[in-house]
Amino acid sequence: MHGLQYIVAAGFFQSPEVQVALMVGSAVAVTSAVVGTFVVIRGQSFLGHALGDVGSTGAAGAALIGIQAIWGFLSGGLIAGVAVDVLSRRPRERDVATGVVLSSMLGLSALFIYLITQLSSSTGVTQEILFGSIFTVAPRLVWPLSVLSVLALMLIGFLYRPLLLSSVSVDAAQSRGVPVRLVSLLFLLAMITAVEQSALVVGALLSTALLIGPAATAIRFTRQLGYTLLLATVFALADTWVGILLAYNSFTWPPAGRGWPVSFFIVAIMVFLYLVSQIIPRSPSRRADKGGDSQ
Amino acid sequence: MSVEPAIAMDQVDVVLSGHTILRALDFSIARGAFVGVIGPNGAGKTTLIRLILGLIHPSSGTIRVLGMPVGKGRRRIGYVPQSFAADPDLPLRAKDLVGLGLDGERWGFALPSRSRQQRIQEMLDRVGASAYANEPVGTLSGGERQRLLIAQALLTNPDILLLDEPLSNLDIRSGREIIELVDEIARERQVTVLFVAHDMNPLLAVMNEVLYLAQGRAVVGSVDDVVQPEVLSRLYGQPVDVLRVHGRILVIASDSVVPFTHFEGVAHGQPSSPSPHL
Ligand SMILES: Nc1ncnc2c1ncn2[C@@H]1O[C@H](COP(=O)(O)OP(=O)(O)OP(=O)(O)O)[C@@H](O)[C@H]1O
Ligand SMILES: [Mg+2]
Repeated sequence: MHGLQYIVAAGFFQSPEVQVALMVGSAVAVTSAVVGTFVVIRGQSFLGHALGDVGSTGAAGAALIGIQAIWGFLSGGLIAGVAVDVLSRRPRERDVATGVVLSSMLGLSALFIYLITQLSSSTGVTQEILFGSIFTVAPRLVWPLSVLSVLALMLIGFLYRPLLLSSVSVDAAQSRGVPVRLVSLLFLLAMITAVEQSALVVGALLSTALLIGPAATAIRFTRQLGYTLLLATVFALADTWVGILLAYNSFTWPPAGRGWPVSFFIVAIMVFLYLVSQIIPRSPSRRADKGGDSQ
Repeated sequence: MSVEPAIAMDQVDVVLSGHTILRALDFSIARGAFVGVIGPNGAGKTTLIRLILGLIHPSSGTIRVLGMPVGKGRRRIGYVPQSFAADPDLPLRAKDLVGLGLDGERWGFALPSRSRQQRIQEMLDRVGASAYANEPVGTLSGGERQRLLIAQALLTNPDILLLDEPLSNLDIRSGREIIELVDEIARERQVTVLFVAHDMNPLLAVMNEVLYLAQGRAVVGSVDDVVQPEVLSRLYGQPVDVLRVHGRILVIASDSVVPFTHFEGVAHGQPSSPSPHL
């Protein structure tokens, strides 16, 4: 027990901020990992990133009218998601539509953030919107955030097979009577929930890290979707917990005072894991016809 | 007792965003037939497949599939799309892809069950894909993927199998293997096959009927009846010559040396296979 104090700074588990951060962070990590795995499979990383960025518009708006950031993030994501869907009638147009919606909403974001800096004396709000605010999440938000996470996970569980089939082949899915459009709209909802929640934790600009990072890392080590989901969840949880821990410890680091941003640690760990996954060679083929190539 | 035809079209027109893509389709396809659906790019082959699947609707006329209105018997039609999106990292093994053919449209996830595993395994064996059952689909070759798609389409024991250009990414040898596989399975399970291809030659040995599409119109019948200069000239709306060389068929515009259909066999110097129709 003696050495533990060097790893976990005193008061870590007693701190109410840390407790809230761990609860919210865990819920967000699980949702992001699971939803993110499908985002990676479907090649929707750009949309995922854009949804995070536009969340900042909503969150800045929320700060202006004085409501909780998460509701701003979610409305920003919803508005952008609907706009992208309406503007992209054909799959090819989706990236263009995403780009257009992204830039118009970020334009608004620039205005809102300017207004915030003019109207309020604190500069912390902008920092929190862009780079996360897990230590300042109001304890009463733990419940709604957990419920949102569970809803997103249930939605993915419900969509599971048709979502997978239509990600691999829209034609095959349609031919079997899968309502492909409905499935992709419902998935968009799950995506908005996951992205905007992780925007709250690691910030609008970095929410993609939590969405794509664990999934992209896990996918390198697994060949079955179930295991990918599991491993991505483990990575996301471990990353979030260690990130929170290091951020807490960093309150005593220079230039002492407020501690380093959690999002820095979370993203740094994520990038490290991802790089390692790219270096480690894939498991060899286990083909039965190439006799004994894997002993 | 008369058996309903597999597919019956009665004066079917298809209009998509203002353009008439298929017009006056009027034919029926008998149960158990192996039909080659042949036509140049843009002729409407894929549109015809989507029509039979009930994914698009005729603007006039009626279609009956297995004696039922289109769409009703969807589970009795197996469909093999041209290809599918998969990069090497996609966490989906060959057997998982095939398994989606069993219940991929149902909500929720598939609970592991022995009978499910067994059905998938039997189908993998049948199409000769067992050796790579556990490989990620993104690492497989075009021919291997095609076998999986066929297995996926067959898992629900359909009465009709629709294949949209399954040969398009394959070399001649893999193409021949796929044709033989489909032919064998179709015979043993009495499946009606519509096999889309831009070149009819590889199919000559196995097809009983050709469905020739051009300019949005179709003629159906035996190769000898349909692939004739007069018939095809009427279909194309311009003079067409039909050359039969070494058991292969070449369709060309009369005033041009450019063939309407590819002639891979000759182009690659392959020996021609004798055709029962000639
Ligand atoms: N949704 C649509 N709206 C308008 N036109 C369409 C639509 N779908 C297909 N077409 C047109 O219908 C024609 C037939 O298309 P189809 O895809 O059926 O041809 P195809 O015979 O399968 O060609 P290919 O050999 O290139 O696959 C084409 O001219 C195409 O542009
Ligand atoms: Mg086509």
